[in-house]
Parts: sequence; C-alpha cells; structure tokens
Amino acid sequence: MSAGFVSVAYVVASILFILSLGGLSHQESARRGNFFGIAGIIIALVATIASVSMGAGGIASIVIAILIGASAGMFLANRVEMTQMPQLVALLHSFVGLAAVFVGFAGYLDPLVTTHGAEHTIKLVEVFLGVFIGSITFTGSLIACGKLDARISSAALTLPGRHIMNLGALGFTVLLGAWFLGADSVTEGMFPLIVMTVVAGVLGVHLILAIGGADMPVVVSMLNSYSGWAAASIGFMLGNDLLIVTGALVGSSGAILSYIMCRAMNRSFMSVILGGFGQTTSGPAAVVDSDLTVQESSIDDVCEELSNSDAVIIVPGYGMAVAQAQTAVGEITKLLRDRGITVRFGIHPVAGRLPGHMNVLLAEAKVPYDIVLEMDEINDDFPSTDVVLVIGANDTVNPAAMDDPNSPIAGMPVLEVWKARQVVVLKRGMASGYAGVENPLFFKENTRMLFGDAKETVDKLLGGLRSA
Amino acid sequence: MMKLGIPKEIFLDERRVAATPASVQKLIKLGYEVVVQSGAGEPAHYDDDAYMAAGAAISVDAPSLWEQSDFILKVRAPMMNPALDRHEVDMMKEGAYLVSYIWPAQSPELLEQLAEKKATVFAIDSLPRISRAQKMDALSAMANIAGYRAVIEAANHFGRFFTGQVTAAGKVPPAKVMVIGAGVAGLAAVGTANSMGAIVRAFDTRLEVKEQVESMGAEFLELDFADEDGSGGGGYAKQMSDEFIAAEMALFAEQAKEVDIIITTALIPGRPAPKLITAAMVQSMKPGSVVVDLASERGGNCELTVPGQVAVDHDVTLIGYTDLPSRMAKVSSDLYSNNLVHLLSDMTPEKDGQPQVDMEDTVIRGVTVVNNSEITWPPPKIEVPVTAPPPPGTEEPSPAGAQVSEPSFIKKWLGKGSVLAITVAALLGIGGYAPESFLTHFTVFVLACFIGYQVVWNVTASLHTPLMSVTNAISGIIVIGAILHLVQAGNIAVGIMSFVAVLIATINIAGGFRVTHRMLKMFRK
Repeated sequence: MSAGFVSVAYVVASILFILSLGGLSHQESARRGNFFGIAGIIIALVATIASVSMGAGGIASIVIAILIGASAGMFLANRVEMTQMPQLVALLHSFVGLAAVFVGFAGYLDPLVTTHGAEHTIKLVEVFLGVFIGSITFTGSLIACGKLDARISSAALTLPGRHIMNLGALGFTVLLGAWFLGADSVTEGMFPLIVMTVVAGVLGVHLILAIGGADMPVVVSMLNSYSGWAAASIGFMLGNDLLIVTGALVGSSGAILSYIMCRAMNRSFMSVILGGFGQTTSGPAAVVDSDLTVQESSIDDVCEELSNSDAVIIVPGYGMAVAQAQTAVGEITKLLRDRGITVRFGIHPVAGRLPGHMNVLLAEAKVPYDIVLEMDEINDDFPSTDVVLVIGANDTVNPAAMDDPNSPIAGMPVLEVWKARQVVVLKRGMASGYAGVENPLFFKENTRMLFGDAKETVDKLLGGLRSA
Repeated sequence: MMKLGIPKEIFLDERRVAATPASVQKLIKLGYEVVVQSGAGEPAHYDDDAYMAAGAAISVDAPSLWEQSDFILKVRAPMMNPALDRHEVDMMKEGAYLVSYIWPAQSPELLEQLAEKKATVFAIDSLPRISRAQKMDALSAMANIAGYRAVIEAANHFGRFFTGQVTAAGKVPPAKVMVIGAGVAGLAAVGTANSMGAIVRAFDTRLEVKEQVESMGAEFLELDFADEDGSGGGGYAKQMSDEFIAAEMALFAEQAKEVDIIITTALIPGRPAPKLITAAMVQSMKPGSVVVDLASERGGNCELTVPGQVAVDHDVTLIGYTDLPSRMAKVSSDLYSNNLVHLLSDMTPEKDGQPQVDMEDTVIRGVTVVNNSEITWPPPKIEVPVTAPPPPGTEEPSPAGAQVSEPSFIKKWLGKGSVLAITVAALLGIGGYAPESFLTHFTVFVLACFIGYQVVWNVTASLHTPLMSVTNAISGIIVIGAILHLVQAGNIAVGIMSFVAVLIATINIAGGFRVTHRMLKMFRK
C-alpha cells in the first residue's frame, strides 16, 4: 500500500478518535462514540500492517502478539466488577506507560529512519522524554492500582524532605539527559537511558505514594494524561502524526479531568501532586463542641420517614462503592419511585475514586441517568427536600467546608444536604473521612445516624420498605 | 434496681399518661422495674393488658402505687387528690425520684413540700433548650401537637373549606389564616393550615424565624423596624419596645379585617401572655371567623378568650382550650413518654436501673429542681449561644476568606505571566532551532491539543469514567509504533521488546473499548 493511503487512513482514524470523544458529550451518543473509537483503531492497525513489507515470520509474531493481547484485554474487561473500575483503569494506564518505555528503547537501539544534526538531537530528546514519562506512568499507575485495590495503604506516605528528593531526582534526570545527548555511540547512550528509566520509575512510585486516597480521582486522571503525553512523544520520535494526535487528545483529556477534579475540591493541582494531604491536617480546625451528640435512628424509623416523604435525595459516596451497596440502592430508588416519591441522586464531582465513578455504579444498578444529578444542578433543591440519605459519603457533605475557615477542606464546594428537612447518614462508625476532618453534619439537629455496613443497612431498609 | 411508678393522672380532663406500653419496654431494657396504676393509660387508649404484655406490673390503686415506687413518672405536677383527700406528695415514698411538669417558678410551695420528702425532682419543663436535650424536650413535642390541634379545632368551628375550590356549584375562596408567634406551635399550625390548603401568614418579633416560616409555606409579615429583633436567650422571644408594639398592633388590626382565622401562640417566659388581639379587632373580623388562643392558660393573647372554653363574641368563635395536647392523648402520650425514656436513658448509662444524677451535666443540672431535700432551682445560667451563628449556607463570604484571596490573586497573575513568558520563549527557541520536519509534527500536536481541549470540555460529568477508559483504549494506538519496530527489528532484544509492547498495547485497546462498552450499555433513561 502506498504511503499516501496510509496517511489518509491515519487522518480518518484521527477524525474517528475525535468523534469518539465528542460522542461522550451525551449518554445517547456515547455508545456510538465508542464504536467510532474501535473503528479508528482497526483502520489504523490494518493500514499500518498493510503498509509494511515483511516476511511471514513478522506477520506471525504481530498476529500472535495481537491475539494474546486482545484476548487478555477482553478477559480482564469482562471479568472486572464495576466497583473495581478504578483499579482496572489505573492498571491499563501502566500498560501504556510500559509500552512507551519499550518502544522508546526500541526506537533508540534500532531507529526506523536515520537522522542527523539537529533532527538527531531532537529525536534523542523525544526518546528520552518518551521513556521518562512512560516510566513514571508505568510505576505510578501500578502504585495507584495497588492503592485503589487496597493492597497498598491508601494513606499518604510523607517522607521527610520528599520535595527535595523529587527535585533531586528531576535534576539527576536532566544531568543524565545531557550525558545521553552527548553520547557518541548507542552503547554509550544506553547506560544513562537505563539509569534514567530506573530513576523515573522510583520517582513515579514515590510521587503516587505521597498522595492520599481522597485525591485518587485527580491521580488517576493525571496518569491518564501522562499516558497520553508518553504516546505523543513516541509519535514525535517515530514522526507519526496519528500517534501525536491521539497522544495529544488523551493528554489534554486527562489534564482537563484533573483540573475539573481539583476545582471540585477547591485545591490547586500542585498541592495535590505534591501530596501529603490528609496527614498534615493539624491546623487550628474548630473543635466540635463536646456538648453535641449524635442522634441514632433505626431502620423502621428511616423506612417510615422515606415512605412519608415527597422528595428524597440520595447522596452516595465511596462507602457505597466499598460495600457494593449500589444494587440495593437502585432497588430502593425503584420502589420509592413506584410509590410516587420523587427520588434523585446528588453526585459530588470527587465522590468515589475515579471521575464519574458514582455514575457508573448507579448505572450498573439500573438507576435512570436523568435522575442522577451533579452537585451544581441539585444544590439549590435541598431546602425543598424531605429526606436526604447520605450513603458512605463524608467529606463531600461536610458543612465545615463552608462555615469553618480553619478547616482543611475550607472552600471546597460541598453538597448542602443539611438544608433538607431531615438527613439520614448511613455510616460504619464515627470515623472521619479521607480528609481526616471532623464532620459537624453528624451533630446537626436534623441529622440522624444509621450505623452499620452500608450494604447491610441498605438491604434492611429495602426489606423494611417492601414490607411497609 | 429501681421501681418506676406510672400513676393515673388526676388533673381534670387530663388524658395523657407518662408511659406507654412501648416506652415501658424501653424502660425495662434500661434495667428498671415498672408498675402502672390500673387504668392509667385508658384515656389514651392503652389498657392494662397492653402494659402487662409489655412487662409492667399493675397496681390497683393510687396509694399502693405511690407507696411502692422509687421513681414516679407523671405528666402533671403532683396535686391534691380530691377523691382520696390526700396530696400526691404525701403519698410519695421518702427519698423517691419524680419526673413531671413542675413549673417551679409558679409553684414554690410544691418545691418546699417535695424537698421535705427528700425527693429528687426533675422538672421536664425546665429542660435547657440546647440541641443535645432536644430529644427530651417535652415542651416542644407538646407545642407541636397543640399547633396541629389548634388548626383542627379552628377548622371544626369554621364554616368553610380551607382550600379554595372551583366546583360545578360555584367557586369557594380559600381560607386566610394568620398565625402569631412562630415558635414550635406556631410553625406546626402554619404547616397544618398550609397543607389543608389555606393561605397562611405568620408574624413573629424574632426576624430569624422568617426563613423557617417561609419554609413551611407561609408568608412572613414584617414590620419596618430594621433595628429591632425580638430574640431573647435560648430561642425565646423578649419584650419589645412601645413603638414596636404599636406598629405590631396596627398590623394585627389591619389583618384582622382580612383573615378568617387567627391563631395566637405568643408567650414571653416568666410573664403573662401579651394581649395582642383586642376586643375591637375581634369585632372587626368577618362574621363566622375563628380565633384560637394557644396562650389562654397564661391569660390569653386575645382579650376576649375564656380559658378552657369556646366562647362566641361578635359572631366570632373564640377557642381558649388549655388542653390541646391532651385532646390528642395517644400521640401526646407517645411523644411525652419517649421524652422521658430519653431522659432516663441519659441518666442510666449503665442500663442497671440506677439513675445517676450528674449535676455537672448541663442538661441534668437544668432539669433537676430538687436534689434530695435541697432546692436547686433556678439553675445557674448556662452559656447558651445568645447570638446564634449565621446559619450555614447564607453564602456570605467571610471577611477572612476575602483577605486570603487577595495576595493569591496577584500570585496567580504572576504565575500566569511567567507561564506565558516561558511558553513564548520555548516557542521561539523551537522555531529558531528545529528543522522543518519537526515543525510540521509540532503544528499537528498543538492543534490536536486544542481539539482535545474543546471536545473534552463538552463531555458530561457522568461520563467521566467512560471517557477515561476510552482515552485509555485509544492511547493504545502506541501499538503502531511497536508494530513498525517489530517488523524491522534488527536484533533479538529489540524484537522481544517490540513484541511485548504490541501485546500490552493490545490488552489496553481491547480491554479499554470492551469495558467502555460494558459501562455505556448500563446507562439508560
């Protein structure tokens, strides 16, 4: 196939990718968007394989690699629980990172086109950058995956002088880069390249370890962004526009998501990346008046409250995901709606561990998406709501964010659940949320606590409502 | 283990009882024994059998009950029993405990009498009004019932619908209700009247309740007295200035001509009820109108109400019942008994049936008026926040917040400026140094970033997770680079690396698209 055809195929693939992301602007067109993406990848793959001349051995190895990879991918994707989506996404990011490292090395050892002069230098920079970002993405994503899967403690690791260590690693990388560029032969350049890969890997581990569990939505979208930039720099190395376009799309998408998540927490991107949040919340946070006590409620009382109300808002949080309570929540929703009660969901942008995590879980539980609203859409409706059920959410409904300027989460926009007539908080115990902040909501007059595992409690509520 | 006694109320027309079968069960769980006087629950429709089933013993008459009980739970303050010609306090065991309404300010002799008996007495009406004590606050619980019942009584005596109707037989206008005093009773009345379809207006000297009134669906009547707020300590109203009262009376006079029903709930602690509705105002009301005076026990807000009676004056029905909660004996007994259970459960943390009177505890201190022959009323003034903190969500930026944002604003611009400068410098550097071929790719890269920016901002928040998995899948496009290398692999190391790269990138592609598809399939309307 001629080079012209390949270029046209790449342009078509690029357009399909853009349409694919564009399709996600609405639920109705989202599935079509996904098919555009698949079509784009297939066109690109076919055009690439058709364009290169090779022996049967080459074809065979490509086909074997693709078959193994595709079946492994399908297997993973079919088996994963919706609650484990964050881990899967993080794991997949690490694959892109690792692939970028390998392709970068391959491109350095065995360049497709020979380059000279300035072009050669630029190419070396691209290789170096691609491998660097790829390596950080790889190890960082693995750590993020481990944290999300609770294999690694989700608390932020704050080593003394960690900023200095990170800066040192960065400076060392720059030095290695200078050495790498100045290397006379490929063999000589390999050493700094390998050392840099290791340093970048350690940096990735350390960066992500220092970020607390509550910031995971930012971390995952940031790693998503990195994986895009890694693909883009490999594209530069190969002089391949399709890779550049795709990498740029993915990179900017991840960056925007990180920005949206940070804004939702009212934190600067830097403060999240530098990490340590959730551990150093000493500060003169207002001490909750010891005169206050929480008021417990019972399953029966809450069932009655729910049955007698006209408007209910459910505010889910990570606790619902952990307890896998979404299906029962979905059934409660259906039951109440069948009885003519308005039920809606209020979703905080950073609820869960992935951007949009709650939406996916609720969709799994067959909750219609048009009653699942964002914070900004629903915040004004709380005063006219009878009962708010807070299921496993804590920091995202903390009034201290608005009232207490000394609170570590001050200024973070929160769901103003306390304005409703009655708030019922389903919670395992009185522990504080990821931000480690006391929540005055629990002591409000119109708040009732329902302690217990979210799944068990919601199941009991469902039983109580059915028999009522 | 203490024995709790539930006597039959002897106050005229008192139908409430201090414990219901449900509350008896809870009291037994706290480790107490419970004895109920035969017939105590009957006016509230709880018979002796129900109490026995709940685990209580039944005592046949009052003297035996009072004699054997260590702790009496009652509604009304102890009084002379006309049938037995003995005062209830005289029947009481020495050193016993008692919880009931006492009204210590109005009944100093009763306190003396109880102190002589070495009793420990908890006056449920003296409970401090703090949030922790709300679950025991019988006054609020009863006021809520009274407010509801006031509207029902008014409806009963009012010859029209509350809600406006257009029927085949003609149009009926809605009733107009004015509620004076928006405490618990007033708000309950507002809510009840509103839910029955009436047009409701409410007045209160405390401006802070405006929001609450509006939340219950009524219009808040305001005077042009911006600088005077009638909030006294502990959520009660205080006495207002003369000018204010004059303006207030003018408002009522004007409203009286217009509304069909007036419900008054105005009380100032420790004083007779203020006279707010004059005889002239009653006269100006439309014939058939109704006035319900919830303050009639303390003299009444209306000049013409007769405490405890229904009177008709100037063709206006004036309802002065003083026993509204007792008229709904079942629900009021349920709530009152729950209040007492909460109090006792706070006093019995060990659940061993032994009440502990912890005078360090603000709530227990406030409620205890006689402690073993010592009169402990009035309690030392507790620090109740007089100026309530602004309710959350008033959206007013705190001054502290504004100060903080000032320097960061400058910093932000500095930051933005330096980023811009660095970008310009970098672009110039690239343009001057880089070869043509790189610049073409660079152009593509920058344009793609912008397209990505535009497209991704349009993605709806609920699809952020699918967005991540789909971008993940397409970033597997790196497989193309790997394939190109695999084909041309000159040595075995490059070959292996490329092979692995193709493999894992394909995992990404297949897995990413598949999982996105699964997720999107679930989203449905």
